[in-house]
Amino acid sequence: MQELKNQFKNFDLHKKPRIGEDAIQGLLFIAGILSIFTTLAIVYELGKEAWLFFGDPEVTLAKFFGTTRWQPGIGQFGIWSLVTSTLITSFIAMLISLPLGLASALFLSEYASLRARSILKPILEVLAGIPTVVYGYFALLFVTPILKNIFGDVVQVYNMASAGLVMGIMILPLISSMSEDALSAVPRALREGAYAMGATKFETSIQVVLPAALSGIGAALIIGISRAVGETMIVAVAAGAGPNFTFDPFQAAETMTGHIARISGGDLSYNTIDYTSLFAIALMLFLVTLVLNLISQQVVSRFRERYE
Amino acid sequence: MQNTQTPEYAIETKSLFIFYGSFAAVSEVTMKIEKQKITAIIGPSGCGKSTLLRAFNRMNDFVPSSYVTGEILMQGQNLYGKEIDPVEVRRKIGMVFQKPNPFPKSIYENISWGAKINGFKGNMDELVEQSLRSAALWDEVKDLLKKSAYELSGGQQQRLCIARTIAIQPEIILMDEPASALDPISTLRIEELMQELKKNYTIIIVTHNMQQAARVSDYTAMMMIDDNRSGGVIEFDKTQTIFTRPKDKRTEDYVTGRFG
Repeated sequence: MQELKNQFKNFDLHKKPRIGEDAIQGLLFIAGILSIFTTLAIVYELGKEAWLFFGDPEVTLAKFFGTTRWQPGIGQFGIWSLVTSTLITSFIAMLISLPLGLASALFLSEYASLRARSILKPILEVLAGIPTVVYGYFALLFVTPILKNIFGDVVQVYNMASAGLVMGIMILPLISSMSEDALSAVPRALREGAYAMGATKFETSIQVVLPAALSGIGAALIIGISRAVGETMIVAVAAGAGPNFTFDPFQAAETMTGHIARISGGDLSYNTIDYTSLFAIALMLFLVTLVLNLISQQVVSRFRERYE
Repeated sequence: MQNTQTPEYAIETKSLFIFYGSFAAVSEVTMKIEKQKITAIIGPSGCGKSTLLRAFNRMNDFVPSSYVTGEILMQGQNLYGKEIDPVEVRRKIGMVFQKPNPFPKSIYENISWGAKINGFKGNMDELVEQSLRSAALWDEVKDLLKKSAYELSGGQQQRLCIARTIAIQPEIILMDEPASALDPISTLRIEELMQELKKNYTIIIVTHNMQQAARVSDYTAMMMIDDNRSGGVIEFDKTQTIFTRPKDKRTEDYVTGRFG
């Protein structure tokens, strides 16, 4: 026994340097800092160019927020024509993806047999792997004609409705799989407690499991909204090219992201109002996402039920 | 529909086998549980105590591949009959679990929820108060009814779970080691509560703790696994008899702490 003890270090309780430990801690810290730094750098770059835009004598905040035509080249700076179309397409997308995503998550986590689950989940995940440009042409060439068939000629060739619908399909697997993770993480004991009270499967799922999983579902909602607001390719292809202040989803209207993509794709020289205006739009986009996130957080924390 | 049951029994099993796939986890259990008494199920780990307990309110239904042969009779109805709705069975046979599992809702809603889904039409405030009083919890929580159940201590949570169970007025309450996650004082309170509850309810309790079984129960079922690793009730008698003059050598060894 003593022999075995001798093979370890002598009895010494003093602090010793642990270089590996410190190095790892440092590396992890840098990794954490990196994402914060990136965000700050983006905000700085946006802010810098947007500052130039708002510094232009022609641009005033009153024009920016108070008018509805966007044509910086000829002195029209009403951001709302771009914001409304972003909000409308995103709203339609969430209208599709949230209920369908939640329903499929509930089915997968509470109802599906192991077999059904093992077939359905991969199929749903395939949806997430389709490139957005494919979705864009799917909207333009498949969904828009269907909408035209149903609603007639009020539906324009490029329109927000079909872009929003397809965006919803794109976000669906994200919402579904994140929500399902949240639902599956709810302890079995809670379900058993509910069943032991004579609750049906539906009562248990909706009234016990769902509220307990709401913080995770809220995270899915927030990421879904962020994706919808930031999605570019689908709206660029299917929603229309050219700002249009309208609340009619069947009309063509360019979103903030679609506009940035189109304008920056063309000839554009530095230090023109067209160029700096793009950064103002981007900053606005940032702001819209932030506000929507804050709202969803509030809504979720209002209704969720903590189980820990 | 048979009616061979004598009225003083709350529930009885007849040649009950519980299978997981082809494995018989519990074999050949035939026992009659007396009304308004506490029946303890004891035995070493893995002998099928919890499986047997969960068969009474059909909680094993949630384990895929599990099935039952034989009968569990309650007021002349076989709980495993084709025409029986397990949801209704669980209304009449409540359950308290090993780890307290209140719903992540307010203390009030923890009681009212079960009543609501079971179509309770009366005065909810009254029901909540009465249930909490019966679970000896009212005085501690009467000013906290809007607070989350998770702000209570473990022992209080477990009494809340008992309260929500009696709020739906079951005939039988199953308890699966209800005090094993609690400290000695909370355990004592649960045991006192059980003596109170047996005036109105039939209680079946699974416990690891032999002293607890000896202290609280009127009847004791001793379970043990056989050579095929299948659990069965080897002796079922008045608790006093089981602990003082057991007929089976294995029971004697177990209750005197010689193994298990």
